[in-house]
Amino acid sequence: MIELRGLTKTYAGRNVVDDLNLEVAAGELLVLLGSSGCGKTTTLKMINRLIEPTSGSVRIGGRDALATPGHELRRRIGYGFQQVGLFPHMSVAENVSVTPSLLGWEPERIRARVDALLEMVQLDPADFRDRDPARLSGGEQQRVGIARALAAEPEVLLLDEPFGALDPLTRDHLQQALQKIRAALGLTVVFVTHDMVEALLLGDRIAVLRDGALVQVGTPAALLARPADAGVAELMATPRRQAQVVDALLEGGGDG
Amino acid sequence: MAEQLALLPGYLTSHLQLSLAALLLGVSLSVPLGVWVSRNARLESGVLGAASVLQTIPSLALLALMVPVLAGVAAGVAGLGVELRSIGFLPAVVALTLYSVLPILRNTVTGIGGVDPALVEAARGVGMTDRQRLLRVELPLALPVIVAGVRTATVWVVGTATLATPVGATSLGNYIFSGLQTRNFTAVLVGSVAAAALAIALDGLVRLLERGLVGRSPVAVATALGIGLALCAYAGGAFVASSTSTPGGRVTIGAKTFTEQYILSRILAGRIEGETGLETEVVQSLGSTVAFDALRSGEIDVYVDYSGTIWATIMKREGLPEDRAAVLEGVREYLAREHGIALACALGFENTYALAMRGDDARARGVRTISDLARVAPQLEIGGDYEFFVRAEWKALEARYGLRFREQRAMDAALMYQAVDAREVDVISAYSTDGRIAALDLVLVEDDRGVIPPYDAIVLASPQLAAERPEVLRALSALSGRIDERRMQAMNRAVDEQGRAPAEVARAFLEDLASGS
Repeated sequence: MIELRGLTKTYAGRNVVDDLNLEVAAGELLVLLGSSGCGKTTTLKMINRLIEPTSGSVRIGGRDALATPGHELRRRIGYGFQQVGLFPHMSVAENVSVTPSLLGWEPERIRARVDALLEMVQLDPADFRDRDPARLSGGEQQRVGIARALAAEPEVLLLDEPFGALDPLTRDHLQQALQKIRAALGLTVVFVTHDMVEALLLGDRIAVLRDGALVQVGTPAALLARPADAGVAELMATPRRQAQVVDALLEGGGDG
Repeated sequence: MAEQLALLPGYLTSHLQLSLAALLLGVSLSVPLGVWVSRNARLESGVLGAASVLQTIPSLALLALMVPVLAGVAAGVAGLGVELRSIGFLPAVVALTLYSVLPILRNTVTGIGGVDPALVEAARGVGMTDRQRLLRVELPLALPVIVAGVRTATVWVVGTATLATPVGATSLGNYIFSGLQTRNFTAVLVGSVAAAALAIALDGLVRLLERGLVGRSPVAVATALGIGLALCAYAGGAFVASSTSTPGGRVTIGAKTFTEQYILSRILAGRIEGETGLETEVVQSLGSTVAFDALRSGEIDVYVDYSGTIWATIMKREGLPEDRAAVLEGVREYLAREHGIALACALGFENTYALAMRGDDARARGVRTISDLARVAPQLEIGGDYEFFVRAEWKALEARYGLRFREQRAMDAALMYQAVDAREVDVISAYSTDGRIAALDLVLVEDDRGVIPPYDAIVLASPQLAAERPEVLRALSALSGRIDERRMQAMNRAVDEQGRAPAEVARAFLEDLASGS
């Protein structure tokens, strides 16, 4: 579904993304994993051309993404990010319907779509439709953000640490909601995170990036079984080690 | 008071026209410019810097500068068949528009620059084009900041429009300028209060519009837009009506910024109306050279100037002035030859620059002539009107008598007399016909070497009027020699000291003239 070939971004003589080659199959969720500054966000934004690649190619559904005007490309690709960026001067419904209205959908179709999407992200349309974004919790905002990203029925969804700023419980809810939605819609998702647990929970495959280069890509099981180097091995071991520490604390504490 | 209030609808309407035109132009210029600048970060400091420099030009000077600038532009486009007026509405609107640019421009740039980068990214992410992002996200979010700039500009423009009077644009400033000159403080007060009230009202209107837009209240938006459109329609309608009701029949009379000129312009107007039946219009409180330039270009038809002023300021003659008749002939010949301007008549009195002192002071110091004054001048202070110390007459006085005062101060002509009376200064550059000379017991110091040229009051007519309206010229020529010095002083005193209206004094004169002839 998505094909990145020799993708490179250079800022001030430095390659922040360096000759990246990746493929994402239709319906797959690929996690781009790495510490901050590794080039994962830049890579994601080159897919919908929020950032123009210095060189290399991006193909989506077999079509050259660089041959389409950026704004038209982005209307066909859902995009969500940590700050959400709901427009404060628009109601929830207006936010969700932005892309459909840019595409010139009929008002009736937009209204129906907004209600369906709010249901999908588990917000009661009657209650939330006309609210101002300022009157939403962080988790609700992110739900609306995802509804907005999905509004124009995209086949591809790009998410840049969407749950990074949420409390663990809310994050857990939203991760489960995302899994359901993607299964229901058959979405192809590229998901950027630096959180190893999230990567393991959500990813069909995980691509580990370091200094703008791809270190290893594979299923979580494959990465656990055959890490490409010591760095990947340590990264993959982290969740299990933390879980063991937590277990030990709970057993030893006695009064928990 | 009632007499002043009767002028209010006209002045207020003109003021509203100036302010609304300048603000609408200002907004439609500054907001797009601000958008453009916010898209090109490299331009920001340059464009904002230029706007700031513009703002530091004193508003009175900016308005006055527009007259020669527009005269130049008018000369340039005249060949294209486009006729531009360099005094009146146009220069005032151009200057006020420039004056409104900075607050709106700066707030547009700040407002757009202050939009959360996350929202800009979201706007791009959902597939908006640059234009859609601007119109749907950036401008709506920057609106409160932009509107704050518009409100600042509104208050500035309405306030500054009172200074449009000296460039020939009628405004509430007419109250203030003429009121200050004729010591009519009721007029000053009416003008100031009306200008302040207009500023508050327009500011309130903009605020209502803002609240409606930000709070998404269609009622508030509709109300504000409705009132705004009604005001624009009224101002525009009045403007069209006033500019179409001048089918070439109207004679425009100019007046400079002092009492005598206010009276004389009314006398000329009454004379023309009475003799020819033509409609007249008085444009008052024009700057001194603005009046001459306006006559030359035909934007006013008639005004009163003084032979010595033309001699020194326009002809730039130096050296010993000739006698009164020779100067008059020289001026007549020069104006006709160089500018096609007709000298309709000399009214019969001189209003010369004259050095004046308190009577008791002059007697105590034994000063009768300027030669006497030169001996004691180093202990004295002199006050003069704004132009006196840069005029050729002053340079000649300094050179020929060796006059050196301890200090010289330029001040408003209306305040000079009070200053000498209150012993703030010892000598002033008085006008010889001023009613306050007698009223305050001042004496004129004799120009014993004849340095100051004769200042015969002369009625000048524009080239067009001279060529096309001989009947007007005839009506004016008949005023030749009809006003002597004493009569002019009495009329000036009636306004300055007795608080009578210039129009009323002029009417009394014309009645006397009619019954006498």
